Amino acid sequence: MNKVLAQQPDAASAAAAPVIEFRNVTKRFGALTVLDDFNFAVAPGEKVTLIGPSGSGKSTVLRILMTLEPFQEGQLTLAGIPYHEPNGKGPFRASDRHLHQIRSHVGMVFQSFNLFPHMSVLRNVTEAPAAVLGLSRAEAECRAIDLLRMVGLADKKDHYPAQLSGGQQQRVAIARALAMRPRVLLFDEPTSALDPQLVGEVLGVIRNLASEHDLTMLLVTHEMRFAREVSDRVCFFDKGRIVEEGEPERIFTAPAEPRTREFLQSVLG
Amino acid sequence: MMYGYAWDLTTPLTYAASILPILLIGLTVTLQAAAAGFALALVLGLVFALLRRSRIKAVALTTAFVVEFLRDTPLLVQLFFLYYVLPDYGITLPAFLTGVIALGLQYSAYTSEVYRGGIEAIPRGQWEAATALNMTRWQTYRDIVIPQMVPRIVPTMGNYLVAMLKETPVLSVVTVLEMLGLANMIGERTFEYLVPLSMVGIIFLLLTLICSAGIHRLEKVLPKAGIPLR
Ligand SMILES: Nc1ncnc2c1ncn2[C@@H]1O[C@H](COP(=O)(O)OP(=O)(O)OP(=O)(O)O)[C@@H](O)[C@H]1O
Ligand SMILES: [Mg+2]
Repeated sequence: MNKVLAQQPDAASAAAAPVIEFRNVTKRFGALTVLDDFNFAVAPGEKVTLIGPSGSGKSTVLRILMTLEPFQEGQLTLAGIPYHEPNGKGPFRASDRHLHQIRSHVGMVFQSFNLFPHMSVLRNVTEAPAAVLGLSRAEAECRAIDLLRMVGLADKKDHYPAQLSGGQQQRVAIARALAMRPRVLLFDEPTSALDPQLVGEVLGVIRNLASEHDLTMLLVTHEMRFAREVSDRVCFFDKGRIVEEGEPERIFTAPAEPRTREFLQSVLG
Repeated sequence: MMYGYAWDLTTPLTYAASILPILLIGLTVTLQAAAAGFALALVLGLVFALLRRSRIKAVALTTAFVVEFLRDTPLLVQLFFLYYVLPDYGITLPAFLTGVIALGLQYSAYTSEVYRGGIEAIPRGQWEAATALNMTRWQTYRDIVIPQMVPRIVPTMGNYLVAMLKETPVLSVVTVLEMLGLANMIGERTFEYLVPLSMVGIIFLLLTLICSAGIHRLEKVLPKAGIPLR
């Protein structure tokens, strides 16, 4: 798997320089404050899961990182690059060029897959590498086939998304995101839109990815068992703040905060 | 006698047969004007639709104003303006070209609305996926949005094509010799309007039917999910 993923700087500098760092970030939708003075850091190669009740702002964290949502106050850096430019204009307070640079380090897998329905599986995975990274069709296809093989769908390369099951679509979406060789990959409830019997195959692919040391992963999921298995760290998120975080074992077996306990009880039954 | 064809008024049938070649010459003009006008409307309408979504407010507002203006003024006024007023400012265009531009401009206002609806119907997730893949706005339009929009707008665009086709006779007022204009001239000279006008009506009916059938076919053969442009 190593050869199909980006080569990342080694983890030696991990402790010193987080790859993601939110410092006092405040995000509002009109009068609604979703993130309030939010602080959060992720080390290179770390696999972090966000759990928490609906509406607590988990997706918003990922969407801000993906530059799909602007934020109003505080600082955010990705691989050392600040999201806001000193004299940045517009809601994102950054030029298109700057946003482009940020996005080159981060990818996202969506709950609803969002594959391009008019393109074959192969084309879905080659489109951006060819258009954005400037790879030749041949190079892009070579990379795409490797990735499709990794998610177990090389034989479906000429199918269209509508001809695939939800689980297969999500695996293609993962391959598509990986084809851009991001340092950071965001997953927003990647299995929530799937029929129960299709969840396993997608989690399997993500689990394999998680064994990849270089890729930094930030996941939002309601699959608690899975979170416990793949994460280096689990963060319980409520009302726009991290209430409690730590190693999965501890969070799931001995949560310190009453709210964490309450939440885990409600989802684990 | 017109274009070297003499009319034969013995019976309505011989009359019809004798003037058909003349009307067919007019028909080619009609078809050329409609084809060129519609091509212009398709291109210009897309440009308007995209400009209207520009993030630069001044560009978006100016475009909205221009589109509204084109849509709310009669084709005939635009036609007269291009034909009679522009020469005062040193711009003299041939009648046919004037007609094509007037048709194209007026219909670009309609097509731009169709494009706008088509673009807005693309789910937000498609834009977000494109952003997450670091595609630029332009690449997203070209590779994701427009290809998916095309099959959805074909039926409405088809209606506008038919509508434009039926409006081409207006061009006769600026001396374009299209079909209806020729039929009128034949009537003026023979004092017999019934046959030429009926023939024009029937030809338009046939054209419209053929057009609609063609668009229907196109709808059927186009992949529903969209057509990659490259
Ligand atoms: N575009 C928006 N406009 C206004 N409010 C929004 C918008 N997007 C999200 N919100 C609000 O922000 C809050 C946080 O939303 P977010 O989607 O981040 O929650 P979440 O933790 O991902 O929840 P879920 O588990 O349901 O996905 C919610 O109250 C939501 O209603
Ligand atoms: Mg969410």
